[in-house]
Amino acid sequence: MMGYRIDVDGQYFNCPEGQTVLIAMKRKGLTCLPSGCCAGGCGICKVRVLAGNYETKIMSRAQVSIEEENKGIALACRILPSSDLKIQQIKNIIND
Amino acid sequence: MRKGVMRPGHIQLRVMDMEEALKHYRDLIGLVEVNRDNQGRVYLKGWTEVDKYSVILTESDTPGMDFVGFKVLNEEVLNNLQQALVNYGCEISELPAGDLEDCGRRVRFVAPSGHLFELYAEKEQTGKWGINNVNPDAWPLDLTGMKAERFDHCLLFGPDVKATHKLFTEVLGFDLAEQVVDPDGNLVAAFLSVGMKAHDIAFVECPEPNKLHHVSFLVETWESLLKAADLLTMTNTTKDVGPTRHGLTHGQTVYFFDPSGNRNEVFCGGDYHYPDHPAVTWKAEDLGKAIFYHELVIHDTYLEVLT
Repeated sequence: MMGYRIDVDGQYFNCPEGQTVLIAMKRKGLTCLPSGCCAGGCGICKVRVLAGNYETKIMSRAQVSIEEENKGIALACRILPSSDLKIQQIKNIIND
Repeated sequence: MRKGVMRPGHIQLRVMDMEEALKHYRDLIGLVEVNRDNQGRVYLKGWTEVDKYSVILTESDTPGMDFVGFKVLNEEVLNNLQQALVNYGCEISELPAGDLEDCGRRVRFVAPSGHLFELYAEKEQTGKWGINNVNPDAWPLDLTGMKAERFDHCLLFGPDVKATHKLFTEVLGFDLAEQVVDPDGNLVAAFLSVGMKAHDIAFVECPEPNKLHHVSFLVETWESLLKAADLLTMTNTTKDVGPTRHGLTHGQTVYFFDPSGNRNEVFCGGDYHYPDHPAVTWKAEDLGKAIFYHELVIHDTYLEVLT
């Protein structure tokens, strides 16, 4: 199956083409990222992409600003990879 | 003591993509689309609702809730409550009739929780959707999805539940139907009723103001909840929890998320409340049982995932 290798803080899983990083993680039964609304609204799965190419579906501006988006910060539930990705979880993102 | 507020009459929700939101609220939950206005807002209702609409969707880059409106008995009540809010020290503002389609003037105030509320006395009544008011049939044909019957209530997170509870009970005439109290005796959640329902609106203590936890729609039976959960899987919609039962209100429930991350609930059953009933109390240390009566624990993100 076509897919990309996702590295979240040293834990690896495969993300099929066309699936978001968070949904791919959940379907593998993994919990390396917290899962919330899965729709770009709540911000609990906020991450920094350290390496790789991706697109994002629409994300709440209350959770990811334009500046952050330009620095590779995104919500894992909205990331559609177009290459292997290296991702770092951003801790304590609720209410900050 | 009741002051003439009748019910939660409408809620305006912010969504990030209107067409996706309509697939969700109209096609999946089964609300009926009744109109769109020149600001791009879409008006919907549950089929049993007599007023023209109860849910207003508006497009935004930030999901969440804009306001909740309560319908009051008549214009005299609206005037009295407007004065009572001013006397209580609330800053109020007013929107003219017609700002929301087919709705009378609206008196607005911000609660200590940070949420915007409004009162209104008039809205066009178009009757139950697809049902004649004479010899009415039991339900209309052509309902879709979960066949939600009405916008029922919402649960809001924000600071100072105590002061918000005081405003809603003393000025607006709500009753405290159920409460969650911490070991020091502090009110940390208030479930407020303005009729016989177990709750018409609820608040939970949270440092961040003006957050939406969920908006809830009534369905008919436990079987409806099972089929609602089936539909979530069929449509790849993210389910949060359920079908299960709450301790608080003893209502039966399924939680899920709209395509912008706003949490929704469909629920049925539950307790009733009369004005002379004392508040039911839940201990904060037993919150698992209070919220999820079968699971007895609250999953990690239930209290954190808000819009």
